[in-house]
Amino acid sequence: MADKKLLHVNNLMLYFRTMRGPVQAVDGVDLDLDYNRAVVVLGESGCGKSTLAKAILRLLPRNVESYTGQVFLGGKDIMPMADEEFRLNVRWAAISMVPQAAMNALNPVLRVGDQILEPAIIHLGMKKGDALQLALKMFQHVGVPADFINRYPFELSGGMRQRVAIAMALITSPSLIILDEPTSALDVLTQANIFNVLKRIKKELGTSFILITHDIATSSELADDVAVMYAGQMVETGDAPRFFPNPLHPYSQKLMASVPRLRGEKNLEFIIGQPPSLVNPPKGCRFAERCPQRFDKCDQEPPVIEKDGRTVKCWLYN
Amino acid sequence: MSAEEKTKEAEKIEQGKDKTGPLLSIQDLRVWFELRRFGFGRAGYVRAVDGVNFDLGRGEAIAIVGESGCGKSSLMKAILGLYKPTKGKVIFDNEDLTEKGAKGLRWYRSHVGYVQQDPYGALAPFMTVQRILEEPLIIGGIKNKVERQKRTREVMEIVKLFPIADFLGKYPHMLSGGQQQRVVIARAMIMGPNFLVADEPVSMLDASVRVEILKLLRGLQETHNLSVIYITHDLSTVSYFSERIFVMYAGQLVEKASVTKLLHNPCHPYTLALLNGTSDPDAKNALTFKEVPPGEPPSLVKPPDGCRFHPRCSKMIKGTCDVKDPPEFLPESDHQVSCWLFQ
Repeated sequence: MADKKLLHVNNLMLYFRTMRGPVQAVDGVDLDLDYNRAVVVLGESGCGKSTLAKAILRLLPRNVESYTGQVFLGGKDIMPMADEEFRLNVRWAAISMVPQAAMNALNPVLRVGDQILEPAIIHLGMKKGDALQLALKMFQHVGVPADFINRYPFELSGGMRQRVAIAMALITSPSLIILDEPTSALDVLTQANIFNVLKRIKKELGTSFILITHDIATSSELADDVAVMYAGQMVETGDAPRFFPNPLHPYSQKLMASVPRLRGEKNLEFIIGQPPSLVNPPKGCRFAERCPQRFDKCDQEPPVIEKDGRTVKCWLYN
Repeated sequence: MSAEEKTKEAEKIEQGKDKTGPLLSIQDLRVWFELRRFGFGRAGYVRAVDGVNFDLGRGEAIAIVGESGCGKSSLMKAILGLYKPTKGKVIFDNEDLTEKGAKGLRWYRSHVGYVQQDPYGALAPFMTVQRILEEPLIIGGIKNKVERQKRTREVMEIVKLFPIADFLGKYPHMLSGGQQQRVVIARAMIMGPNFLVADEPVSMLDASVRVEILKLLRGLQETHNLSVIYITHDLSTVSYFSERIFVMYAGQLVEKASVTKLLHNPCHPYTLALLNGTSDPDAKNALTFKEVPPGEPPSLVKPPDGCRFHPRCSKMIKGTCDVKDPPEFLPESDHQVSCWLFQ
């Protein structure tokens, strides 16, 4: 089965060492992604969704306590790879990333052209002239005028910088791009523009996306699948057409009920309380304390239940 | 000036006021920033706010919607008395603020609360919550410590920071984003204002917390009969918060209407574009491309002649839109739009 999928993450764990004990930032996450599809990872800040992206790309800080699990890319387990092999064959070659606040992720003292052709020189072994041609082609894909290639980041607007960051992720033609909050700092119309660009890339180049965000409404612009994270764990996965109208997990339901609708007259809800600390997470279901449908069984670790191709980690569906 | 004299002075101002008119009236407000050429001479002006008119009733909540760079923050700062307007009037409770100096504005400042966008940036990191909340009272001249503590506790109760005793000694970094924003709101409320300006109060917060803070603000507005200006770029939250919406583009208000009229019958092409750009969570969104007007908002140094949206507008009328400034038209009652299509 695994070889049919572009990405198959199995029981991935990433713990950080801190003064107070290990932080279980990513705790046993499973995630599947097919070719030419986009999965949205939803969750509140601090739920470990950005850490999941970094764990997949092995962009780890120094204080890693443990880093285990399996990540299959095109059927091959990339976890046992040595760091150098991983750098050469996976990071930016097969999976690239548009970092959070990509607007500020560009080097302010380099021309944007020089920055975005760097991955092509390093990973594709191109000469600078060829790389420049490729960079221009990428600019076309993301809708940046060609003469912007000699500009510095400060000469571009936020939306343009975001497009440049996407061009940089595209240049090695990876099969998977991880987008970490790509539009959270942008205006409505710029957001719509960026999502148009992403949709076109997906259609024309067949790229897959992992979109990490807490903005549920705009995430639906790109989503084929949805995965909901809570306190370091995946609590629900499923396809977007069924998830948005009918989420299964009580946390997902509450999250959807908190999304303001443009012409909505419905009363909005919010989730009382705060997510648990990941240093000493509660036993059993991590959402139990805030859950309106809590019952006795919730004190034990809930199983992951499969239901018509959707999974949900909740005792209610047992 | 002692505290007593201050309160007396404030009372004197309060007396003999007409309490039925609008609380705030903005008349042809312009905020221009001078551009200096290197050396000497003027290179022109950045027309951040260029001829804005509106009235804000007592106990009314309005929203100003626009993209970054459209001048909504400059407008807000002019209203708060932080920028001196180049032209026009800001009339609060029948007092023209533009004529007042720093001392005159002190009276105004105790009547207006300001909720900042980024709660963490708005709170001094070296002050405890207690100290942060006491600060306006100290500046306001309340010397009695017991009185200050009493008011601190009262205001923490209304923003629901429970248990109060636990929060008093904490520093901002020990609080979650939602709690920090509550402290910011508490600070805005502590002088007992009747007017609140909230600049994107929820844009930095998580979805679930967002609703909590919006509901808190709405609740405060209703129970304290506050007039509120809510500044945002997110149209989807507006209907839960305000009665009227003003849409701002390139330094001007292009459409003013009640929430239902604006959302269900938007008139200005720019408003329409903003509404189209806002998504509701729906899996069908992924199947279609969004319609976005081409280009970017114009430079405010040399804004285009005529309607400022005309270079991006698909319904542009040649010879009219690119020549003459559109006046305000009334397509229906309580709905004003600055667009030649509604002539």
